[in-house]
Amino acid sequence: MREFINLTLGGVITGAVYAAFALALVLIWRSTRIVNFAQGAMAAITTFIALSLIESGQSYWVGLAVALLAGLVLGAVVERLVIRPVEGGPELNAVIVTLGLFIAIQALISVLFGVNQRAFVAPFSTIGFRVGDSSLALSPNTLFTLGAVLLVMVGLTALFRYTRVGLAMRASAFGQEVARLLGVRVGRMLTLGWALAAVVGSLAGMLIAAEVTFVTPTYMDALIVFGFVAAVLGGLDSPVGAVVGGLLLGLLLSYVRGYVGDELVGLAALAVLVVVLLVRPGGLFSTTQTRRA
Amino acid sequence: MADAGAHGSTASGAGAAGLTRGAAAGGVAGGTATAPAVLQVEGLSAAYGPVRALQDVTLQAEHGRITAVLGANGAGKTTLLRTISGLVRPTAGRVVLGGEDVTRAPVEAMVTKGMAHVPEGRGVIAELTVDENLRVGSLFRGKVPSEEFERVYTFFPRIAERRNQTAHTLSGGERQMLVIGRALLARPKVLLLDEPSLGLAPRIVAQIFAMVRHLVDTEGLSVLLVEQNARSALSVADTGVVLNLGRVVVTDDAARLAGDEDLRHAYLGF
Repeated sequence: MREFINLTLGGVITGAVYAAFALALVLIWRSTRIVNFAQGAMAAITTFIALSLIESGQSYWVGLAVALLAGLVLGAVVERLVIRPVEGGPELNAVIVTLGLFIAIQALISVLFGVNQRAFVAPFSTIGFRVGDSSLALSPNTLFTLGAVLLVMVGLTALFRYTRVGLAMRASAFGQEVARLLGVRVGRMLTLGWALAAVVGSLAGMLIAAEVTFVTPTYMDALIVFGFVAAVLGGLDSPVGAVVGGLLLGLLLSYVRGYVGDELVGLAALAVLVVVLLVRPGGLFSTTQTRRA
Repeated sequence: MADAGAHGSTASGAGAAGLTRGAAAGGVAGGTATAPAVLQVEGLSAAYGPVRALQDVTLQAEHGRITAVLGANGAGKTTLLRTISGLVRPTAGRVVLGGEDVTRAPVEAMVTKGMAHVPEGRGVIAELTVDENLRVGSLFRGKVPSEEFERVYTFFPRIAERRNQTAHTLSGGERQMLVIGRALLARPKVLLLDEPSLGLAPRIVAQIFAMVRHLVDTEGLSVLLVEQNARSALSVADTGVVLNLGRVVVTDDAARLAGDEDLRHAYLGF
C-alpha cells in the first residue's frame, strides 16, 4: 500500500512536469501548427543560464526569474528569425527547422557551459515528509514543483479566457485569416505565443533540473519524448488535454517503473503514443473531429 | 479604364442600348452616381502566378447603398474582394476608401480604416463562443460599450440565445447573422460580403438579404455584395456590376439589370 501511494505521488509530480512541458508544445501547436522539437534544448539553455548565475552566488529565485525572462526573449527571437520564414510553407519544413534548432542550441550549450555533469540544487528540501516511520515521495520541493505548475496553468487559463490579448491569441490560432480581417495583428500574436510557450518550457526545465539534481546539455532530451506523448494523449489542440495527458502519463509511467521495471518506461511511453494514434488520433480532448496525418 | 468602358459598351450593344453604364465607364469621377462613393476601385488587376484573375476592374460602392457584384463561378468575384481588403496584392490599380488610398495598407489595418470584409464561408471562428466572436471583431476599437453588443443581439435574437455556445453549434444562417453582427461592431464605412447565400436554404437567403437591406436603410451602411445567386442579390441591391473572366462586363441599376433578358441569360444564369 505504501509503495502504491508513493508511486502515485511520484507519478503526479513527474506528471505535472510533463504537463508543463506538454503545455509549451500545445501553445505552439495551437498558434502555428508546429511541433517544436527544439523546446527541450531551449529549456536546457535557459536552465544553464540560471545555473551559472546560481553557481556565481545568486539566489535560486534570481536564477529562476532570469531563466523565465531568457525563455521569453528566446521564444520571441526564434519565432521571428527562424520560424517566420518557413511559416505557411510545407509543414515538414518547419519540423526540420525545429530539429535543426534543437541540435544547434544543444551544441551551443556545450560550447558555452561545457559537457560535464553539473549539480543543480533544488530551492527546497528534497527529503520526503514522514508519516509514522515511513517517508513519502512528497517533499517540500515537490510541493513547490506542483504549485508552480498549477500556478502556470491557472495563469494561462485566465490569460486565454479573460483577457483581450488572450482572445486575440485564440482568434489568431483558430482563424488566422479571419483574425487579420478583424484587425488582429496575427504576427505579433504568434510571436507572443512562442514567447509564452518558451517561458513555460523554461519553467519545466528548471523544475526538472531540481528533480534530477544533475544536469547535462542533453538532460531535457527524454522529456521532449514524454512531453510530446503527453500532448498527443491529451490532444495537441487542448491545454486542458495537455495537463490531463501529462498527469495520466506520469502516473502510468510511475506504475510501470515501480511494478514492472525501470527499463520499460521508455517503451511504455511509446506504446501509449502508438495506441493513442491508432485509437483516438485526436487525443482525449480534441475539439476537432478529424486530424490530417 | 478605357478598357472597362469598352466592355461596358459591348455589353450594352447586346442588350439595353442607350442606358447609362455609369460606374464602369465613368469610373472614379463618379459618373452618374447619385450617392457619394465610399469605396472606389480603379483599374484593379490581380493574378495567381500566370493566371490573371482580375483585369482592370473599376467599380465603386456608394454610401448607403448595396452594390452587387455578380458573375459565374471563377469570374473573379472572391478575388476582387480579397484584393480590395489586401489579402491578395494587386498587380495594378488602386483601392480608395473614403478618399484615402489603401491599396498597400496591411490587411490588419483595413478594419481600422473602415472596411469590414466577411469572407466566403462565413468567417466565424468555430472554436470561439458566439460572444467571443463578436468581441474579437471589436478588439481593435478598445473598450466598446456593452449596449453595442446588446444592439447586435437585439437585431439577431437567434444568436443571442446562443451567445455562450461555441460557434460551431450554429446553423449556416445563424453563422451568417453572427458575422454580419460582428462586422457591424466594427462600425465600417463599407461592408464587403462574400457570397452570403452560399449553402443556405432559399428562405434563409431571403431573410439574410432582407436584414442587410434593412441595415443599409436604417443604419446608412454601405455594402459591396458579391453573389453568384444573381436573382436574390439584384432583388435587394441598388446597383449591379457583372464580372466575367476577371473583367467588368456591365455596371447598371440593379432593377434594369434584372430586367435585361439577354444579359441575364449570358452572364447571370436566370
